Amino acid sequence: MSAGAPDARDAPATSGRRHERAALAAGIATSLLGAAGVALGVVAVASGVGPVRVGGALPLAGVTLAAGATGGLFLLLTGAVAVAVGAYSAGYERHGSTGPAQLAAVPFFVAAMLLVPLAGSATTFLAAWELMALASLVAILADHARAAVRDAARWYAVMTHLGFVAILLAFVVLGAAGHADALAVLERRAGSLSSSSRDVVFLLSFLGFGAKAGLVPLHVWLPRAHPEAPSPVSALMSAAMVATGVYGIVRIDVEVLGGGPRWWALVVVLAGATSALFGVIQASVSTDLKRLLAYSTTENMGLVTLALGSSMLLADYGERSLATVALVAALVHVVAHAAFKSLAFLGAGAVLFATGLRDLDLLGGLATRMPATTGLFFVAALGASGLPLGAGFVGEWLLVQSLIHSRPGTGTLLALVMPVAVGVVALTTGLGVAAMVKASGIAFLARPRSAEAARAHEVPAAMVAPMATLAAASAVLAVAPSALAPALGRLARELPGHPGSFPQLGLLLRLPGVAGSVSPGLLAVGVVAASGGVVALRALVGRSRRPRGTRAPLWSGGAGALTERMQYTATSFAEPLQRVFDDVLRPDVDVEVGHVEESRYLVERVRYRSRIGDVVEERVFSRVLDGVHAWASLVRRVHNGSVHRYLAIGALALVAAVAVAR
Amino acid sequence: MTLSGAAGAVVQVAAVAAGSPMLVGWMRQVRARLEGRAGAGALQPYRELRKLAGKQDVTPEGTTAVFSLAPALVAGVMLVCAAVVPTVTVASPLDSIADLFVVVGLLLVATVALVLAALDTGTPFGGIGASRETTIAALVEPAILVAVYSLSIRASSSNLAAIVRATERRPGDVLTPAGALAFAALVVVIVAETGRLPVDNPATHLELTMVHEAMVLEYSGSRLAILEWAAAMRLAVLVGLLANLYLPAGVAGPRSGPVGIVLGVLAIAAKVAVLAGALAAAEVFVAKLRLFRVPELLAGSYLLGLLAVTAAYFLGPRRA
Repeated sequence: MSAGAPDARDAPATSGRRHERAALAAGIATSLLGAAGVALGVVAVASGVGPVRVGGALPLAGVTLAAGATGGLFLLLTGAVAVAVGAYSAGYERHGSTGPAQLAAVPFFVAAMLLVPLAGSATTFLAAWELMALASLVAILADHARAAVRDAARWYAVMTHLGFVAILLAFVVLGAAGHADALAVLERRAGSLSSSSRDVVFLLSFLGFGAKAGLVPLHVWLPRAHPEAPSPVSALMSAAMVATGVYGIVRIDVEVLGGGPRWWALVVVLAGATSALFGVIQASVSTDLKRLLAYSTTENMGLVTLALGSSMLLADYGERSLATVALVAALVHVVAHAAFKSLAFLGAGAVLFATGLRDLDLLGGLATRMPATTGLFFVAALGASGLPLGAGFVGEWLLVQSLIHSRPGTGTLLALVMPVAVGVVALTTGLGVAAMVKASGIAFLARPRSAEAARAHEVPAAMVAPMATLAAASAVLAVAPSALAPALGRLARELPGHPGSFPQLGLLLRLPGVAGSVSPGLLAVGVVAASGGVVALRALVGRSRRPRGTRAPLWSGGAGALTERMQYTATSFAEPLQRVFDDVLRPDVDVEVGHVEESRYLVERVRYRSRIGDVVEERVFSRVLDGVHAWASLVRRVHNGSVHRYLAIGALALVAAVAVAR
Repeated sequence: MTLSGAAGAVVQVAAVAAGSPMLVGWMRQVRARLEGRAGAGALQPYRELRKLAGKQDVTPEGTTAVFSLAPALVAGVMLVCAAVVPTVTVASPLDSIADLFVVVGLLLVATVALVLAALDTGTPFGGIGASRETTIAALVEPAILVAVYSLSIRASSSNLAAIVRATERRPGDVLTPAGALAFAALVVVIVAETGRLPVDNPATHLELTMVHEAMVLEYSGSRLAILEWAAAMRLAVLVGLLANLYLPAGVAGPRSGPVGIVLGVLAIAAKVAVLAGALAAAEVFVAKLRLFRVPELLAGSYLLGLLAVTAAYFLGPRRA
């Protein structure tokens, strides 16, 4: 998109008009599908949907649709995001160069994402899952002329299909052991499965769903695919598609399998904690706005997974009501994340639309040039940082409460895991604040750091309005989480081992069996009132003595005239954090000092170059790829073109297959 | 909600708002005397605030609403914290809207507002201060939350009034190993949060060593007065919180009359004066840490908090 936006404006008018119509049609289709998803979600939460069987839709198995409250919540989430993204993309793609196939892929992508929580059988689930992967892959390839986009799509395709294979195998084992295809039947029979097949199903499905949710170390596609996709697609992927991974974990590992031995919970907690920390550390040093948001997605999904794992662990120790609190924390956070992250990606898209830039080091000064986008992005950033008054706070508060209230003497493991988990959540919040302060402060405040940023204008109202809707949704989730209470209450009743008590999400947030409460709504009122009071106080005190206010150049310690290049950039802002987390980030820093010819003591120029890659990608996946490559070249020796040899291999394989299957 | 509680809440906000400059003056005076100087007296901050309030407001060119609104937000957040934290009374009607985690989060909101205002100026010093403050704030967070965790175990609640009341009922509980470890962790955290030595030097005049002061370098007049006042309130709230978490004696309850509230004000003033005096005296003997040594200090504080939690689980009183 970055190179596309300016080019398209010079394109011939006729093809431009056809493109405009195609973009509008794709946007409307996306929004309508989203609205249908919201309607289905409401029905599913209220009374459940289905099961409806459409025999002819898939050969052999047919399509079975069924959704309870769990599916309904995710239908609502995906639908709501799609409504806003569809409206936004109609305005965004009007001037874009996205091809018709890529535009058409977006509604298919939304339809597939809605089908995943609607799936009532294993085959339907798998078909919808694969359709979602393929449609999103086509949608990513909008700007396929650029090598970075093709590279990102390749990573995404490989990772998502490895995940698919894992999920497929999990369902094969589950279906074979349970002798059924319908998820409802499997849910009843899962308890009688042998423990080893349950373990296999858990590990494979968690691997596959974790890859989709962007958990470390399977997150590597995320910081590549999200920045390179068109921003509306990034918003859909990061807010809704990643949540289907969480849906998979809740539906299959929690509901269908109904929990398992203690080590399952520990695996989930560990994966969540690692993802949260790794994601947030990378986000805090990223200088690409969309890459930063992508890592923040890994961070948030890590927190959600940590909450799910804590819920499993607490349930295993018999702390039923705290387990429910942790589960509610996970779901509240998934919904809040969908609201603020789609808003953040759409805001980043607006910046890209106006400037053609994603690099924070070149942005700046957008607050005066794009005031509406700035305000809306700040709402998203407040939500993503997990601070009070932001959308992300409620989920994190519930998570911390569930972690700190296990009774002394419940278990040694719990007493060791919980404080560390609190530390992880706290460090994640602290660094998340740093990342979001950097994203909003460097990109939107101060003075522009490049000519493109200086020329920026506000985006059209057709793009601002959907963002404003999402901002309103984030604000509602931040101050009145009670909007989610009916859906979550029904959902909790569907889950195995439901304790009957449920956190109250009214004006006051109260937890079952725990003294204490908070009220985000009243808190917001209090802060606004107190700040207003301070403003009034300032107007009154000393007024008689005070001369009229004036504007003057910046003082800056008396340093004289300032240039844009003297400002802090995203890189310099994050430099202390980069030093502190040196061991995790392994930055590639290069300082070249050039001397003048006459003397070694006189420096002519200093070049500083610093690059921070992804440690997991560079240290783990590069070795895996090398191994695959070595194995492939070994196998290639057999392929010498001799027909006899190929026939002999075929015969040997047949004998081996018969011998195994006998 | 009792009438006494509501009155107590109003009084404690007023006490923090009016008394916090005196606290800063008192700490400066203690330091001055220990360093062999006469000092300007404990009332000097009031004179400074009065002087600043009467100065002309100068808005630097190129700054946005973020810069001009940040001081009011920072001070507003501190006033809300002052209403919630049980300094004078444990029966504040606002206690149920915010627990200790929210108070910590609100302090971070104030920090973020100030950091954004510093970035808004686009000056190198603003950037230096913002970057350093963000780093410290991010690393303080785990330490402070684990310390809060260890405190909430005794009361099985993280709401402040519940914790203070639990200590009131059993004052001996804070003298356990868990309580002592949490106290040490909290002191480090409060020093970092309020920008005092050895993390930051509030009296520095060299821009390159500044953290908090570098962020407010472009502020002047009444906006600077509000920021100075807010910084003083932050100090007063945190020191008052520490005092009452460990020695709640004298704090007013739900049925205390006017006398009880007055006694509460006097008690907290005395406790804060002693504690702040001790902090100021300790500051005379320490130098500012290098910025990249601060993470080590905070990691130490986190470990103390972790030990406090573990000690509370394994050594604390068993309750069903």
